Amino acid sequence: MKQELSNWEIFRNGIFQENIIFKLAISLCPSIAVTNNIKNGLLMGIAVWFVHVMVEVTVSVFKKFIHPRIRIPIFMLIISVWVTVINLIMAAFVRDIYGEIGLYLQLIVAFASLLARSEAFAAKNTVMHSFMDAMGMGIGFMIALVIISFFRELIGAGAVWGQAIVETKPVLIFILPAGGFFTVGILMAFFNWMELRGKAKPHH
Amino acid sequence: MDFGKVLELIIAASLVNNFVFTWFLGLCIFFGVSKKMETAIGMSITFCSVMVISAALCWVVYRYIMIPLDITFLKIVIFIGIVAAFVQSADTIMRKVSPGLYYKLGIYLALIATNCIILAVPLANVAEGYNFIESLAFGIGAGSGFALALIIMASIREKLELANVPKPFQGFPIAFITAGLIGLAFTGFAGLITH
Repeated sequence: MKQELSNWEIFRNGIFQENIIFKLAISLCPSIAVTNNIKNGLLMGIAVWFVHVMVEVTVSVFKKFIHPRIRIPIFMLIISVWVTVINLIMAAFVRDIYGEIGLYLQLIVAFASLLARSEAFAAKNTVMHSFMDAMGMGIGFMIALVIISFFRELIGAGAVWGQAIVETKPVLIFILPAGGFFTVGILMAFFNWMELRGKAKPHH
Repeated sequence: MDFGKVLELIIAASLVNNFVFTWFLGLCIFFGVSKKMETAIGMSITFCSVMVISAALCWVVYRYIMIPLDITFLKIVIFIGIVAAFVQSADTIMRKVSPGLYYKLGIYLALIATNCIILAVPLANVAEGYNFIESLAFGIGAGSGFALALIIMASIREKLELANVPKPFQGFPIAFITAGLIGLAFTGFAGLITH
């Protein structure tokens, strides 16, 4: 039995130590696909956050009724039902953005992090802990998307939230597909560098 | 059947709208298995066939079961069910027929069912309203595009192993930068099909 973690530690874990994008490097597709401006990135982040919370809570509530043998199909069913829900909501309320990121919203269903956390965490922990874990994971994902899209929109279009703020000629490559890879790569390297620096300090 | 249109679809899906570099799908697999050429080739063959067959299965179910019953809003649930069931059976067959390959790709084959790139093909087919042949062509194009990307990446990363990469960039970051550079090259294909 591992030691009991407080809600706050579980919450923080999802944002920092196990950030879905920068640390675990899974569920990467939307991190590049929808981050060419902040609006799309934020909306995608909110959708993932919602699905994460709902799925983990549902799995945790029903964990006693789910037979271990058939848990994966059941988890997938729960995930796809909640993804359908968020898709119908988004399609109804934010039609114009849904047109752009609709395919990726549908593909939240294939998120490795959802299945992984349901299996590794929600199926073994209390509802409250699962809720905090999902909040941390979801918010960590949202923050990562917003950081990436902030840089891409700022450098690639000279704007923040659709408002032009930089007068100089924007570097178009950053809102092109290739720029997404560069941005994520450089940000990951930056976080690694911070970590390496933090580790190196005590020795000197 | 318009052969030109089919060819155009295959080229568009594999090069112009390459799943990895333009649509950013299947990135987990793309970065996960592209370290070794051998695995990459095995993986691309598996993916190609799963994509084409699941595109066909989903099209049939969508056209002849879901539309008549008016349950198209359940497409996410149903498609993932079809793909998962199919992959599970493919998994069992592969374990029997070629245990060597199964041993190498085991963990990723398990992940195939919940992989966005597989699911994206039927979803895109439905969104675009393709007919059966067009859906198949789209599946073939998407699969071969993914295979191409995976093999290019694997051959570069085999060389990268020997390179002296700065410490913070080691691992994922340098792979992302490499993918960005290949993606930049793929932007050149945009002029291939003009309307």
